[in-house]
Amino acid sequence: MTARARLPMDPGRVVTAWLSQHIQALLYSAGQMCRNPLGSLLTTAVIGISLALPAAFYLVLANSERVASAWGGAARVTLFLKMDVTPERAQALATSLRGHPRVLDVRVISPDEALAEFRRASGFGDAIEQLEENPLPAALLIQPDNARFGGTAMEEFLAAMRALPEADTAQFDRQWVQRLVALLNILHRAVLILAALLALAVLLIIGNTIRLSIYNRRTEIEINMLFGATGAFIQRPFLYSGILHGLVGALLAWLLVSGAVRLLQGPVAELAGLYASEFVLHGLAAENVVKLLGIGGVLGWVGSWLAVQRHLRDITPL
Amino acid sequence: MIHFTDVHMRYTSGAEALKRVNLSIDKGAMAFVTGRSGAGKSTLLRLIALIERHTRGQIIVNGQNLERVTGRRIPLYRRNIGFTFQEHRLLYDRTVFDNVALPLVVSGHRYQDIRRRVQAALDKVGLLEKQKHLPIALSGGEQQRVGIARAVVHRPAVLLADEPTGNLDPILSWDTMKLFEQFNQVGVTVVIASHDLDMIRRMRKPIITLREGRILTSAGGEGGE
Repeated sequence: MTARARLPMDPGRVVTAWLSQHIQALLYSAGQMCRNPLGSLLTTAVIGISLALPAAFYLVLANSERVASAWGGAARVTLFLKMDVTPERAQALATSLRGHPRVLDVRVISPDEALAEFRRASGFGDAIEQLEENPLPAALLIQPDNARFGGTAMEEFLAAMRALPEADTAQFDRQWVQRLVALLNILHRAVLILAALLALAVLLIIGNTIRLSIYNRRTEIEINMLFGATGAFIQRPFLYSGILHGLVGALLAWLLVSGAVRLLQGPVAELAGLYASEFVLHGLAAENVVKLLGIGGVLGWVGSWLAVQRHLRDITPL
Repeated sequence: MIHFTDVHMRYTSGAEALKRVNLSIDKGAMAFVTGRSGAGKSTLLRLIALIERHTRGQIIVNGQNLERVTGRRIPLYRRNIGFTFQEHRLLYDRTVFDNVALPLVVSGHRYQDIRRRVQAALDKVGLLEKQKHLPIALSGGEQQRVGIARAVVHRPAVLLADEPTGNLDPILSWDTMKLFEQFNQVGVTVVIASHDLDMIRRMRKPIITLREGRILTSAGGEGGE
């Protein structure tokens, strides 16, 4: 006697059967989660918090970078003129620069003004009294139009200013902005490391949840195996359970982060108001929410896959 | 249908469960395996269901050499076998219907198909009206019959029963044996392990007697030593 054909062979029915088995496994996993609401809630809450932490740090970083770039753009250019440039020529240059499309405003600082400010700011007043003549050059304080500068445009503008015949040198006073950006780069890396560690934590949490679930359902797995369930059939509900835990955890993380942003938006707007800034704290963009959910789902899948590979192998029908 | 040639089975602990077993059960036959506890009855059934692997010799079931049934072929092979246990091994968080449906769900049948065949199997064992109950609400004999319905619902070629009457009173035991006989009459090859010698003698079927892993007699059966 030959074995009877047990599986539908026509391709349409194979696809339908495959799909319905997947849907069954998915519904079954969702049902299992609902039947144990407290356990599921605790697990997904831990996953949610683990995912919310890096997401929140990412938001802090993204908003800080926006602040830094806004300030970086607002930096002024100081153009030091040669010593032999007369005040009239300095004024004329200022007037012509005001007509430059990338310049909002130009202020002339005469050597006398510069000396007065230096005396006030440096505390070397007495020493400066000893000087026979003013060693300081005239300078132009240029306020560039932020909106027109992006990428290397600022460097190009600076080079053009240096090339002026009256110019001695031109400086872009952004050193502190560069330091801030460097600091943010370090923080960026720190957030990545933190995210990697917490992703590992999520993997372990999901792996452990699935491991327990495998042992709780040992009898069922054994019976299924004895009646001819394939490895794929047995694994499927556990993999879906992992994905669901990851997704729900990510959803929870999103809610937590959104709540935190909402709580902070008021005070941040107040602070921005004190600086006469239009700055608004941004939440997670739709694209990032999709990424967060994707990461949650993938972590859930990988965690459960590892647990399934590790623990299902031990089970053989009794 | 089932052919054992010089089959040895040694557990990893070193205990030899079966020694040089030769037997042959024809297609459509019904045979009993008997012997004391530990004589190797269960091991013999477990080898046929591929729950255990024999360590020497050859087993051929339904034309398939079991040594070649590995990996992905194991689930497909098992779909041709029905198994019942002394301790029933039902899933106690599922209804009677869901328990019986399991072999069909596992092999991907459509729901309409599943419902029709599960109800037919439950009707056959007289439990159709209890399909929505949980197994815990059923008596021992009823649970045993749920196990039998589960073992035949996918119309296996071979039905294996390990001590099916172990926990039942004589009348229920006899009814259960008659039920197995009915499945045998529609063409299923049935192998039953039982130590209830009085009852299986009354069934007038081949009896394979095991003692300490060896075949002692094969009264009325074909093959054996």
